Amino acid sequence: MTDHFTPANLDLAHEIIGRYPVKRSAMIPLLHLAQEQDGWVTEDAMRQIAELVEVTPAEVLGTCSFYEMFKRQPVGRFLINICGTLSCQLMGAEDLIHHAEQTLGITSGDTTPDGLFTLAVAECQAACTEAPCLQVNYRHRYKVTPADFDDLVEELRRQAGEGEGPDPQSPETAGVPRHGVLSVARQHIPAERAAGPSSPTTNQGPPVWMPPPDAEEPK
Amino acid sequence: MTLRGTTVPHAAGFVAGDRPRIVTAHFDDPEAHRLSRYEELGGYQGLRKALDSTPAEVHSVIRDATVLGRGGAGFPAGVKWGFCPEGVWPRYLVVNGDESEPGTYKDRLLMELDPHQLIEGALIACYAVGLTQCFLYVRGEMALAQERIATALNEAYAAGYVGRNIMGTDFSVDVVLHWGAGAYVVGEETALIESLEGKRGMPRLKPPYFPAAIGLYGQPTIVNNVETLSNMPWIMNHGAEAYRAIGTESSPGTRMVAVSGHVKRPGVYEIVNGSTTFRDLIYGEDMCGGIREDRELKAFVPGGGSAPWFLPEQLDIPFEGRQASAAGSMLGSGAVIVMDETTDIPRAALSLTHFYAHESCGKCTPCREGGTWLERIMTRIVDGYGTERDLQLLTEVGQSICPGAFPHAADSSRGLEAVPFPYRMNTICFVGPSAYAPVNSALTLFPEEFEARVRRDEGVPVAAPGRESRV
Ligand SMILES: Cc1cc2nc3c(=O)[nH]c(=O)nc-3n(C[C@H](O)[C@H](O)[C@H](O)COP(=O)(O)O)c2cc1C
Ligand code: SF4
Repeated sequence: MTDHFTPANLDLAHEIIGRYPVKRSAMIPLLHLAQEQDGWVTEDAMRQIAELVEVTPAEVLGTCSFYEMFKRQPVGRFLINICGTLSCQLMGAEDLIHHAEQTLGITSGDTTPDGLFTLAVAECQAACTEAPCLQVNYRHRYKVTPADFDDLVEELRRQAGEGEGPDPQSPETAGVPRHGVLSVARQHIPAERAAGPSSPTTNQGPPVWMPPPDAEEPK
Repeated sequence: MTLRGTTVPHAAGFVAGDRPRIVTAHFDDPEAHRLSRYEELGGYQGLRKALDSTPAEVHSVIRDATVLGRGGAGFPAGVKWGFCPEGVWPRYLVVNGDESEPGTYKDRLLMELDPHQLIEGALIACYAVGLTQCFLYVRGEMALAQERIATALNEAYAAGYVGRNIMGTDFSVDVVLHWGAGAYVVGEETALIESLEGKRGMPRLKPPYFPAAIGLYGQPTIVNNVETLSNMPWIMNHGAEAYRAIGTESSPGTRMVAVSGHVKRPGVYEIVNGSTTFRDLIYGEDMCGGIREDRELKAFVPGGGSAPWFLPEQLDIPFEGRQASAAGSMLGSGAVIVMDETTDIPRAALSLTHFYAHESCGKCTPCREGGTWLERIMTRIVDGYGTERDLQLLTEVGQSICPGAFPHAADSSRGLEAVPFPYRMNTICFVGPSAYAPVNSALTLFPEEFEARVRRDEGVPVAAPGRESRV
C-alpha cells in the first residue's frame, strides 16, 4: 500500500470515491487532491490513486497526462495564465504577454528562480467580455493593463512574504491560495441525507417516484 | 485591483435593458447565490410545482416549451429527454458546465451568480425522466464556480432540497459536483462522459448519436448544458405558454449571448430568442452600443470560435438557427466576437486555429495532423515567411479534414454566394473542422490580406525578432 496522502486527505479521498457508482470516476478529483497536497502530481500520488480506484498506475498516468491542469513537475506558487485566444488577442493580449515576460524576466512556460511565479499563455478562460484577462491559480483578473499586471505581481510577492498563505479550508481568508488549491469550499454529503450512488450493474427497475410504464399516459 | 481569493467581484458586463429576463433575473442581486436569498426570491418553487405533478406531466410541460439546447447544437431538451430506452435503469443526468468555446461566457456566470437555479433545474430534469444520480461537471479552471456550487449543494442538502426524500416526497437523487482538469474537447458530450469515467477525455465514435441511449457506464444518460437547465425553474413556475410567448415559434424564450471584441459595451446579454438580430445586439443602444470609437465593423464570429464568420451584410440576420445556417454559419454557443476595421484578419484566424490545433485530442488523424499543419502554415504566413503555395496548401489540408464546399457567408461586393451550414467531415467530432473554419472564413472573405502577406507588400506587418506568433 503506497502511503502518500496525509491521513486527512486519505479520509477525503474515501469520501469522494464513495459518491461514485464506479470508483474509477473519482480519478480526476483525486488527482486534484494530490495536486492540492503537494502543489503538483507526484508519481507516488499516482500510485496510491491507482490502488484507491483499483486501476493500474499506467492508467492513472494516462488520464493525468491528458489534462492541462495536472502538472507532473513542480511549478511556481502562483501560476499566471494569460489568455491568448481571439477575444483577448483583439484587446491587447499579445502586448500583455510580452510585458509579463519582461516584468518577470522569464518566457512563458518558465518559472522564476525564486519559485514564486510560473507564467503561461493559456486558452479561452470564459471571461471574453472582460478582455484581456488572466488567471492566478485559476482565479480571474479582468481587463488587465500592463500597470495592473505589475501591481498584481507586487501584491502576490507581498502575500508570499507573509507566510504560507490562506488556509485552504477557510473560504473567508483574503489572498490567492497557492497552486494546487482549487476550490476552497468542498461538497460534503451528510450520510443521513444521501440518496446514494446508482449502481449501473444492477437494473433495479424505475425509481419509486416513476409510475410503472403501463401506468404512464399515452404519448 | 484588490486581491481576494474567493470574492473577486465580476466586472460589470450586463446592461439591463427593457427585456424579459429568465435565467439572468437574479444577476443584479449579489446574494442570490445563497440559499436564504434564493428562497426569498421564490427559489425551489418550480421544483415544488414539479413534485406536485407526475413526472410525465413535467416532461410534457418542458417538451411543449421547446427549450433549444444552449450547449451548441440547439436540440430541444424535452425531445432529448424522451430518447431514454424503456426498461433500462438506472439513468443518469450529466450537467455540462465545461464552457470553453472561444468567446463563450455565460455558463460560468450562471454557476457563480445563481447556482441554486441550476441545481433546481437539474432536479426538475431528474424528476421528469427518472434520473437517479446527477453529476454536475464544472470546468477545472473555474475555482469560484466550483466554490459557489459546492456551497450551494451543501446548503441545499441541509435544507432537504437535494438527496434522500426531497421536500418530504419519495423523490431521491444525489447531485455530485465533479470538476474537470483543462481540456476543451471534454465539452463534447461523449468526451465528457469518458472524462467522468476517469479516462482521457476523447469523444466516442458515433452512432449511437445520443448518450440518452448509451452514455455514462453504458447506461441511458441525459447530457444538458448549464443554461438549458437553468431555464427549467422559470418554465415550471410560469408554464410553457408563457415561455413560448417570448421569442419566435421556432426559437422560443430567451438566450444568453456574450459579445466580446471591439464593441463599446462588451457584455453578456439575455436577448429575446429568434427575433433579435445581430445588428440589435452589436449596435443597439441598450446593448453593445456600436463599434468602439465609432469605427467600421469588419467581420464578426456569430456563434463561438467554431462558427464561420459573418460580414456587415449579415447583420440583419436574427438569432434563429435555420436562417443562420442558410447564411453559412451557426448560432452555436451564444458567443459573438466583433472585429473592427483595424483587425489583422490572418492573425485573428491564427489565434483560433491555434486554439483548436492545441485542443485536438489526437484520436483522428485529419484533426491531429491537419490542425497542426494549418497552424504552422498560418504562423509562417502571419510572421511574413509564407509563400503563394501556402495559400493553396491551406485549402488542401482543410479539404482533408472536411471535404467539399465549406460553409461561408455571402459577400455581394465580390459576387460571392453563401454556402449553407453544416459541412461534411472526416473526423469524429467538430474540433477538426473548427480548426479550419477561421482559416476558411479569412481566406474566402479577405483573400487580399493573405496575398499581400505572401507577396510581402510594403506596409504589411512582419514579426519583429522575439515577437513572432506564440504558437
Ligand atoms: C468540441 C465540442 C465542445 C463542446 N463544448 C461544450 C461545452 O463546453 N458546453 C456545453 O454545454 N456543450 C458543449 N458542446 C455540446 C455538447 O456536446 C452537447 O451537445 C451539449 O452539452 C448538450 O446540451 P444541450 O442539449 O442542453 O445544449 C460541445 C460540443 C463539441 C463538439
Ligand atoms: S476531431 Fe479532433 S478532437 Fe475530435 S475526436 Fe477527432 S482528434 Fe479528437
